[in-house]
Amino acid sequence: MADLNPITLWRLLLALPNESRPKTVAMAFIVSAACAFAVTGATVVLRPIQQANRAAEQQLRLEALIAAIPGMSAILAGSDGHASTVIVDLEEADAVPGMTPAELSTALDDPAYWTQLTPERDMAGIGGRPNLAQIYLLKDADEDVSLAILPIFGAGYNGPIQAMLAIHGDMQTIAGITITEQSETPGLGGRIEEPTWQASFAGKRWEDAAGVMRFSVARGPSASEYEVDGITGATRTSNAMSRIIRFWLGPDGYGPLLDAIERGEF
Amino acid sequence: MTALFATLTEPLVRKNPITLQILGICSALAVTTSLDTALTMSVSLTVVVVLAAGIVSLIRKHIPNSIRLIVQIVIVASLVIVIDQVLQAFFFDISQRLSVFVSLITTNCLVLGRTESFARSNPPLPAMADALGNGLGYSLVLCLIGAIRELIGKGALLGYQVLPTTDTGGWFTPLPLMLLAPSAFFLLGGLVWAIRSIRPEQADAPEFPAPEVAETRQ
Repeated sequence: MADLNPITLWRLLLALPNESRPKTVAMAFIVSAACAFAVTGATVVLRPIQQANRAAEQQLRLEALIAAIPGMSAILAGSDGHASTVIVDLEEADAVPGMTPAELSTALDDPAYWTQLTPERDMAGIGGRPNLAQIYLLKDADEDVSLAILPIFGAGYNGPIQAMLAIHGDMQTIAGITITEQSETPGLGGRIEEPTWQASFAGKRWEDAAGVMRFSVARGPSASEYEVDGITGATRTSNAMSRIIRFWLGPDGYGPLLDAIERGEF
Repeated sequence: MTALFATLTEPLVRKNPITLQILGICSALAVTTSLDTALTMSVSLTVVVVLAAGIVSLIRKHIPNSIRLIVQIVIVASLVIVIDQVLQAFFFDISQRLSVFVSLITTNCLVLGRTESFARSNPPLPAMADALGNGLGYSLVLCLIGAIRELIGKGALLGYQVLPTTDTGGWFTPLPLMLLAPSAFFLLGGLVWAIRSIRPEQADAPEFPAPEVAETRQ
């Protein structure tokens, strides 16, 4: 009858020569198990705090974006002005009632909710576009949309760029932009994070009277109401910003939705 | 006791892992655009290297030789993930700016270098003192370069404006080059040169003289 006392077994294992096969396998297993336990523990225990951090940061950027838009505090201070989160279907150009943000992120894990883009339509370099998006609408006392905030993203020079674009109630003029995530070259393309550059978006239009997309990031200072100033030394980042905004305000992006809001369907 | 103290202080300048052994410079260049990221990275790396040295040293008599590197890397990588998670939970802003470099501590040759060459064959206390010394030596160089880059690149230290820049009506014109990777090479090169001029024993002997090649005449 072999001795099955775990302490004796443990001593036996430690007493084995280091180079023996059972000890090698056992050590590999014990070290991996202990490490897996530590990593899993840290991840599970800290996840709620991390999620709260991310949500708080997004909220902060959103508030900063709204606060930076001229005249916005007046609208917010107005008696019935209120902001709401709306999940929209970009294909149908309509709201999806009854879907929560948590359900949205689950839905976006499913490829059925994405539209693949052909290379010539894929100006923002994203490969596929989600059919559902979470946008923010500010409504005034008469229930008219006074501001729409749209999340946009695309490929920059060094990595993905994510931003929030605010559109005035006329659905013709940009109210502001804030970059929520970027990894462009510090000091050059990274300057898209600077408030002075982002401020040059305010009041710009993207379509002319005939409905042709005219928006661009200029090479150098802007020359028209459709252009924002370029960033010296960051042509590729400027071009990427230009393409991302043209894509998301165009027919494959939020274009149909903005038309629907303009017609007063929200 | 004196031996322990020597193990701790040797790597600060005389055997500094960055300036003498040129180890771990990849992250040293990437995270030194400002002093606060350099400080966070220094603390993270020091914690990882000390804990890794302690754990490896504790189990040193039972690590089979054939899998010792894997065992060490698994321990280091797990510690790094835990530190990264802690940073993301409690120092969210800085962890965003350090991005991938905290995870890359795993591959920092400084950490594996200490566990492999010292902790694996020494008891926990000296191993941790050696690791702490090396971590502090790394931190010293990182914070020095980070401070110079932030001061000249932005006129600030730890985010506080020290030199009034011309943007805000002052006299100081920031040098944006300092925020790009090449400037870290210049500074590190200058630092290594300075240290080796003061301590000539650190200079490497040329490995072989460049051969004299006669000019070909036709």
